[in-house]
Amino acid sequence: MLKQCEGSHAVAEAVAMCRPEVICAYPISPQTHIVEGIGEMVKSGELKNCEFINVESEFAAMSVAIGASAGGARSYTATASQGLLFMVEAVYNASGLGLPIVMTVANRAIGAPINIWNDHSDSLSQRDCGWIQLFAETNQEALDLHIQAFKLAEELSLPVMVCMDGFILTHAYERVDMPTQEQVDAYLPPYEPRQVLDPAEPVSIGAMVGPEAFMEVRYLAHAKQMQALERIPQLAEEFKVCFGRDSGGLTHTYMTDDAETIIIAMGSVLGTIKDTVDVMREAGHKIGVLGITSYRPFPLAAVREALKNCKRFVVLEKSLAVGIGGIVATDVRMAVTGMGLKGYTVVAGLGGRAITMKSLTAMLEKAGRDELDLVTFLDLDWKVVNKQLAREKEVRRSGPAAEAMLRDIGAVAARNY
Amino acid sequence: MFQVRIHGRGGQGVVTAAEMLSIAAFEEGRHAQAFPSFGSERTGAPVVAFCRIADKEIRLREPIMEPDALIIQDPTLLHQVDVFAGLKKDGYILINTNKTFEQLGLSDFLRDWHPERLCTVSATELGMKHVGRPMPNVPLLGGFAAVSGIIKLESVNKAIRDKFSGKIAEGNIAGAAEAFKIVRAEMKEALSHA
Repeated sequence: MLKQCEGSHAVAEAVAMCRPEVICAYPISPQTHIVEGIGEMVKSGELKNCEFINVESEFAAMSVAIGASAGGARSYTATASQGLLFMVEAVYNASGLGLPIVMTVANRAIGAPINIWNDHSDSLSQRDCGWIQLFAETNQEALDLHIQAFKLAEELSLPVMVCMDGFILTHAYERVDMPTQEQVDAYLPPYEPRQVLDPAEPVSIGAMVGPEAFMEVRYLAHAKQMQALERIPQLAEEFKVCFGRDSGGLTHTYMTDDAETIIIAMGSVLGTIKDTVDVMREAGHKIGVLGITSYRPFPLAAVREALKNCKRFVVLEKSLAVGIGGIVATDVRMAVTGMGLKGYTVVAGLGGRAITMKSLTAMLEKAGRDELDLVTFLDLDWKVVNKQLAREKEVRRSGPAAEAMLRDIGAVAARNY
Repeated sequence: MFQVRIHGRGGQGVVTAAEMLSIAAFEEGRHAQAFPSFGSERTGAPVVAFCRIADKEIRLREPIMEPDALIIQDPTLLHQVDVFAGLKKDGYILINTNKTFEQLGLSDFLRDWHPERLCTVSATELGMKHVGRPMPNVPLLGGFAAVSGIIKLESVNKAIRDKFSGKIAEGNIAGAAEAFKIVRAEMKEALSHA
């Protein structure tokens, strides 16, 4: 059924239709509306056979999810930003133990400086934690990916993060096609754990593993992610049969067949990029778009295939690997090893900086002429940066940098338009 | 694509107004996208929310920098925030005030604008009258249906019923209807002088 609702609400409904048995979460913007929504459904009795557990922190949230999952319950939580960082030790445990928890990450920047707005720093900081990471382009895809995520997680006994852009998606009202409970039940079978803490058949989960087997256990985690590379496109196909629409998969391409330049990105910015490409195509620029849905496992072969006919690629990412440049770009470069392509990294949208068609157009025109720097910071205010650098050169006690830069800008309140 | 920017203050239902506008457009079978300006807003602080309406899927996610229409829920913002930034020539403006554009000192700035696109309505008073709270957002949507013609009043009523129920819904529907009528009359008046 088509409905106009908030992204968080759409996700809350989708998660409820997946019949979770334990939900534990700690509120943090911009994730809060999701768990509030599910909490209301548990309280009203709309979501049955589900325990909603209030916890005192994100560390506790993930720890409860681990315990619940090990006890054989379908478990869900959601977080963002510092909340994700606070639960990191348990995040690694969930994947290390092979527990199929599903977690929404409402992507948000990481401080300091504190910032509640969107970028991908939080989930990308957990690049190597062993969780599958799927990125949604729209609220429809966010909703759909949660349904796929439970199936994928439970089949492989691996936890899955569904990443959706904080505020840009979570707080956006847009049209979604809400599936029926019957459709979800037909797609997602009940959870059959591979391992369960059962007094009738006692087992240990989480024993110490020494040098004799640690590498093998770790390799197994890698092997499972390689299995996920196979299963993710199949699950998207099965989803299409059940629900009648394309959602998920490893990657999405847009006008790549004859493209000389391909721009690669993750999440909601792909929409703005596609609109930009439509306009630029009319002006004769042969540009295509590659959206990466599955960031972990990283679809090396699919990326290589999508880029096989282009001359250059631009990775636009809402993240910064301080000291080198791009995070996603590094993976893309590995995918295209030996292909002789020109590659550019564009860091954009950090901490909610708007990514506009105007800036994308100028950047892509420059890329088309191969005049783009290898690493570009889109719409960076160099005046403010240079002023601070000069100040630090001049005075030893130059004071806190962020506050000085805010003063230089004359900011009275945050704005992004 | 028709793009609306709503300016107001925390507590005035700015974000809710944008959401309801999107629901109203959805009810007419159109695509719509509403989103807030993503701030850590608090009561009284300037707040912005956006709404796009189109006949096909809306993919664009940038903030609305060149709106076709503005709804200004608090006239004191005229002196604090550049509410008119990027407004398209001949765009629609609806301000919550009991003053005229001339009394607000905006006549020079908007001299060659279509006069029937510049409307005001005392939406806070209508909120008090019909719902018993100084909430201007819903009456303004009724007024906006009149001035912009982009959505029908009946669709605004559907959006009201989606967000509210019982007495509050009925009060808001009455408030929106009165604002619609006031703005219609104002437009007629403006055209008769043009």
